[in-house]
Amino acid sequence: MTATLTRTPTSTAGSRLSRLRRVRRLRPGPLTYLTLTAFVFFSAFPLYWSVVVASRDNSVLGRVPPPLFPGDQLIANLRRVFDTVPFGLAMVNSLIVSSVITFSVVLFSTLAGFAFAKLRFRGRPGLYVAVIATMMVPTQLGIIPLYMLMAKLELIDSLYAVIAPNLVSAFGVFFMTQYLTAALPTELLEAGRVDGATTIRLFWHVVLPVARPAAAVLGMLTFMNAWNDFFWPLVVLTPENPTVQVLLSSIASGYFTDYSLTLTGTALATLPLILVLAVLGKQLIRGIMQGAVKG
Amino acid sequence: MPGPAPLKEFDVKSWLYRADVKASPYLYISPFFLVFGALGVFPLLYTAWVSLHKWSLLSEQHTFVGIDNYTHLLHDSFFWNALGNTVSIWVLSTVPQLVLALLLAHILNNRLRGETIWRTGLLLPNLASVAAVAIIFGQLFGRDFGLINWVLGLAGGGHIDWHAGTATSQLAISIMIIWRWTGYNALIYLAAMQAVPDSLHEAAIIDGASSLQRLRKITIPAIRPTIIFTVIVSTIGGMQVFTEPLLFGAGSNSLTGGSDRQFQTLSLYLYEVGFGRYDFGYASATAWMMFLVIALAAIGNYLLTRRIRRAG
Repeated sequence: MTATLTRTPTSTAGSRLSRLRRVRRLRPGPLTYLTLTAFVFFSAFPLYWSVVVASRDNSVLGRVPPPLFPGDQLIANLRRVFDTVPFGLAMVNSLIVSSVITFSVVLFSTLAGFAFAKLRFRGRPGLYVAVIATMMVPTQLGIIPLYMLMAKLELIDSLYAVIAPNLVSAFGVFFMTQYLTAALPTELLEAGRVDGATTIRLFWHVVLPVARPAAAVLGMLTFMNAWNDFFWPLVVLTPENPTVQVLLSSIASGYFTDYSLTLTGTALATLPLILVLAVLGKQLIRGIMQGAVKG
Repeated sequence: MPGPAPLKEFDVKSWLYRADVKASPYLYISPFFLVFGALGVFPLLYTAWVSLHKWSLLSEQHTFVGIDNYTHLLHDSFFWNALGNTVSIWVLSTVPQLVLALLLAHILNNRLRGETIWRTGLLLPNLASVAAVAIIFGQLFGRDFGLINWVLGLAGGGHIDWHAGTATSQLAISIMIIWRWTGYNALIYLAAMQAVPDSLHEAAIIDGASSLQRLRKITIPAIRPTIIFTVIVSTIGGMQVFTEPLLFGAGSNSLTGGSDRQFQTLSLYLYEVGFGRYDFGYASATAWMMFLVIALAAIGNYLLTRRIRRAG
């Protein structure tokens, strides 16, 4: 579990002197913890604040000093969110969109990653460079023709339109290729070949089990991104059939913003991802850090 | 060797085997290239074609007008205003964000108690959606009942109308971006820092170097490729800031980024032209100009950070 996080000193820990010095470097003082605590406080505060507002009614929010602790209106606000706007529908839509995208990205990235990492074929280096190059391309700038295309296919206001452009990810292919290059033993594949296994059997019985940890991290990152995606869903969906982010923007955009309603929505919309972080945070952090080193 | 009859069977088998080995790789990478080509690259290229037309969603007729949209754009003060805002928000958000992330990563690169807790805490802002962040901060920055003005009031400051001013609104938007991305970048720097050999730090400590000196003289030169990477990624992201200004201006002026367009970014202007006025031709020209700006900014930053590396 901690193998990747533990730093092993490269110098031989021979002399007492160097050991002494290492201790000095590795044992930080109280100021360090104070700084970190301040950072975590500022990181958490806006999210905590959304819970405070979500548990108050609007009149209290106009008071000076403002309330700093949660009140007792949470249930009432939750009821309002589900009764006055299609919040349940939005959550279900977001769940469908994010799940389909996650499944598809992980599957296609693992397939392509397997091919780029371990299979030999003509044009491989060039095609892989193309994958890496597309990671940097701001495809968001193509939304006008993409919108026209979806309109032509009569997919405006449909979840298909949100899902389709996100079915694959260049980052995903890159991530899985890097991982499988290092983690998948070539001998294992050769042994499978000798036994007469077809490529797809190798994929199913050899590659997938090895790919599982990286696939889990990629899945989490993809789900987060899909859940939080905003620009394209805003363009292609209407407030009648929204994802959660589109609905949030529409209830925040009235002439008068009902903050306790809106922030109840944002708190609820963030909750699933907070749960993911609570349960799988360690893997997620490791995944981000591994992706960074190899990138 | 097998006899004549089994040989034939063997041939079919070996043909199948070779077909499998030859075709499978292409089959496995084809979903990526097909979907990305059709829904990523093609729309981007087609944008160039649309940008050469007078093309509106409201009319069936698409007249070819050459580079007219581009010449208009170059004389469009709203476009230049949006470009200026984008650049200033990018500078205001990226510089403090990356400096803070470096310091944080330097602190995290100690043997800390509760390592995972600190890292998780710093990643927390990155989980909230940009929409949620913009809404929450929009409330915190409220003129009359916002918490931030209340705290400033306690410290003896006056009430600031964050939304109204150019500097204040852009500062508020930058703070949202800094808040959401500092911890994430710190984790990326931390990953790079862990690859720096401890012996370098030990030698520096023996020579009496302080912690900040070690950060400047050892760590930063060693992780420069990672720094260049983050600068380029945040340039590409920073040029496309959209949600924060849209929702910060929630209400009647949301598409224009404030009543005087004081915080309208390029992406927001693109959205206003394309989906507020449905002028697809002009919006496409805007998109291509943005593409140019992003490419220039990314290349410029790459060259700049590379030069610093040489100088340092």
